[in-house]
Amino acid sequence: MTEFIRGLRELRRGAWEMVASVLIALGVFMLMQPFMLSMFSYSFIVTLVGTVMFIIVSHFPE
Amino acid sequence: MLDSSIERAARATPPVVAKRIQGLSDRAIAWLFVAPSIFLLLAVNIFPLIWTIRLSFTNFRVNRPNAEVSFVGLKNYINILTDSDVWLTMQATAHFLIWTIVLQVLIGFALAYLINKKFRGNDMWTTIIVLPMMLSPAVVGNFWTFLYQPQIGLFNYAVGFLTGTDPSTFSMIGDVPLAPWAIVIVDTWMWTPFVMLICLAGLRSIPGSIYEAAECDRASKWRQFWTITIPLVLPFLMLAILFRGIENFKMFDLVVQLTGGGPGSTTELTSINLKREAFEKWRTGYASAYAVILFVTVFGLASIYVKALNKVKQR
Repeated sequence: MTEFIRGLRELRRGAWEMVASVLIALGVFMLMQPFMLSMFSYSFIVTLVGTVMFIIVSHFPE
Repeated sequence: MLDSSIERAARATPPVVAKRIQGLSDRAIAWLFVAPSIFLLLAVNIFPLIWTIRLSFTNFRVNRPNAEVSFVGLKNYINILTDSDVWLTMQATAHFLIWTIVLQVLIGFALAYLINKKFRGNDMWTTIIVLPMMLSPAVVGNFWTFLYQPQIGLFNYAVGFLTGTDPSTFSMIGDVPLAPWAIVIVDTWMWTPFVMLICLAGLRSIPGSIYEAAECDRASKWRQFWTITIPLVLPFLMLAILFRGIENFKMFDLVVQLTGGGPGSTTELTSINLKREAFEKWRTGYASAYAVILFVTVFGLASIYVKALNKVKQR
């Protein structure tokens, strides 16, 4: 956990890619869940942020 | 050998071309060779993508090319993301996605585990199991509609034989509660071999020495399975899950052939819904926004897929 936070602070690829992956997965879940329409409405923006973040952070140093 | 082929290529180059490329740097020549591919990629992939994004902000309808096209901002996106029908379509896709993946992974892994054991006729069984994957989705959809026929279908007959139900009392394609399962069964039948092949690759990559060491430590078969087999096959399984997830998110042909999205809109997956918006209702701007949403979702999933793939490669 400490290593993960340090990775985030030092802009390391692994940690930030993990955050982006979680955002994408969360966005896909929100898009397809059957519970709340409002979650569905915000799903696209969450996936978009995750995807754009993934593209950017994949250029961070290992 | 290399020199002679270069010389031959030089001799074959027409003098006019040879004169033109003389004086060009290696980098320029390399660009000259790559340029047609890049141009094709831009024309076929990138340009339509940019054009779709542009259209998604307009009220353009392709069946009214002379009508005035106006910029509507995020209206199309807002309409899609607040539409309960689209939400239901997404749920139908989720049902399809989750159950196909669960069944394909369980059955695929079990089959791979069995095929990995050496037995007589191993290769023949592998070929038989892999057969459905090689068929065209249109063909599969067509013959499964026959298998699902309430009167003459083999599937209904088998279910009737096993459960004692009258085969003509239920229709896998026509009944609302059964139709989503009908497409899950067919996709599972068709794509389980693919998951099996990936799992088989994972199982065969595990060195035998690890199991021998575990035997020396008197680890039971059950323990070997959970502490050696599963952790080492997991990256491959993840790969299979992501691959099938992305593919099934875009599923179109098989379901159109089987149910056409019906009964009602029970099996109307996102890609079918998108096609209806674009080519039946002719709401091109709206459909473009819909396509962009699906594209971003698939692109996001593909990013995770590439990451998982790299992890497998590093092993």
